[in-house]
Amino acid sequence: MTAPQETFAIFAGIGATLLLASVIGFLLKKRGAHGQPHGAIDNLNARIRAWWVMVLVIGLAFVFGKAGVIVLFLFVSFFALREFMSLTYTRRGDHDALATSFFIVLPLQYWSVWIGWYGLYSIFIPVYAFLVLPILSALSGDTMRFLERAAKVQWGLMVCVFCISHVPALLTLDIPGFEGRNLLLIVFLVLVVQSSDVLQYIWGKLFGRHNIAPDVSPSKTLEGLIGGVASATAIGAALWWITPFKPWQSALIALAINVMGFLGGLVMSAIKRDRGVKDWGDMIEGHGGMLDRLDSVVFAAPVFFHITRYWWT
Amino acid sequence: MIIDALGGRVLCGFVKALTGARVRWLGCPPAATQRVYYANHTSHGDFALLWACLPPDLRSRTRPVAGADYWGEPGIRSYIANHLIRAVLIERGGGSHAESPIRPMIVAIESGDSLIVFPEGTRNMTDEPLLPFKSGIYHLAQACPQVDFVPVWIENSRRVMPKGRFVPIPLLCTLSVGAPLRPEADEAKAAFLERTRNALLALMPPLQ
Repeated sequence: MTAPQETFAIFAGIGATLLLASVIGFLLKKRGAHGQPHGAIDNLNARIRAWWVMVLVIGLAFVFGKAGVIVLFLFVSFFALREFMSLTYTRRGDHDALATSFFIVLPLQYWSVWIGWYGLYSIFIPVYAFLVLPILSALSGDTMRFLERAAKVQWGLMVCVFCISHVPALLTLDIPGFEGRNLLLIVFLVLVVQSSDVLQYIWGKLFGRHNIAPDVSPSKTLEGLIGGVASATAIGAALWWITPFKPWQSALIALAINVMGFLGGLVMSAIKRDRGVKDWGDMIEGHGGMLDRLDSVVFAAPVFFHITRYWWT
Repeated sequence: MIIDALGGRVLCGFVKALTGARVRWLGCPPAATQRVYYANHTSHGDFALLWACLPPDLRSRTRPVAGADYWGEPGIRSYIANHLIRAVLIERGGGSHAESPIRPMIVAIESGDSLIVFPEGTRNMTDEPLLPFKSGIYHLAQACPQVDFVPVWIENSRRVMPKGRFVPIPLLCTLSVGAPLRPEADEAKAAFLERTRNALLALMPPLQ
């Protein structure tokens, strides 16, 4: 199969899975809840509807190829950064640093991904933004809780812009024998990590007994973790044919990004607990905000990028 | 007129997109009863924000009260205030009669409109969450005892566009609408100001 045919086959598979999920959700609503309002079932159906929208948006971006994907993730980063900074303590003295983050750092990061300048996009935020933004805040003369404010702005950029931009950055990798198929790396990453989230949710709902981190995230259970990561790793292994990896390599990489995704969810939950909120936002019905849906991808993307770059280019 | 209505829509869309504004109607539904929405004030954009967040049918009958010294300036500001938002412009400070700035508000209420007011009287630039209320809201309540006073806490707008800065940052703003209040018979000024101010403070999210 050619790359477009493979992509189409994957999307057809996702569509069939979502159709099955929608039917199950419909039956649950009808039989289980008798058409009455029911918290868990209504949330499940809202999540499934949101998945349809997300898959359609990603599919549309893929139609436009590299440009579509980069613009998509530029907006994803924008919405994520907005959610992060909205929940973060900053002061008037941080205005210039925040304006620079949104209107200069964010577009420049994606521009350097667009032209494939690895030497810039891999260090731009960890080095240059790290140095310049606290300078801007210091120039404002406001020293109250300074280190905390500077650290939070940097953290927001690392999580929402630097890490997320490593998803479209997969398009810039030159993998011998894999030319013209890099979009499939994005399919692999997003599909494996997101199915890990969904399967952890399903395993947890069905068999969850033992809380792993009750203080951080009450919904994460040992049964959900093991069942979800194992089955998502199996999906990753089964998808080896769309990647440059062998089946066993594909399984190992899937395991690595699933574990990173789980731990990423844990870290982002810890931040939410600290800020006293349940969700980052409410732009995705049933899921919460952009960051609620993406927390696992944030932590998995750079690791997946560098594993692939180190051993396959 | 059509241009103004269209301009109003565009302004609403811009404000809502910039701030991702969401409204939590905690204390009352968005009903078309006559109300005075009163809110905390930290940014020049506050009155446009609250106005834009009302449902369209309420918005067309609700007029923000703004200072003539800033929003009366000829040019874009005056156009926005007079034509797009239909603001009630009042003279602040300096007036010799304590009640004179209230007059235009009473006229607006008598003609059936709702109002948006900022009882702190000026933008809050301090680290305090809310300044003491000026007495204007009390005099307004005395003159219009049949109108509901509805507290609205505006979160984050100060960070979108602080004083002296011109590039707005697209942070998410949340508006929390509380339960309506009315002046009680023979309620003293200090008691009414205290009661309305506490009702507004109670809507402040427990963050920081």
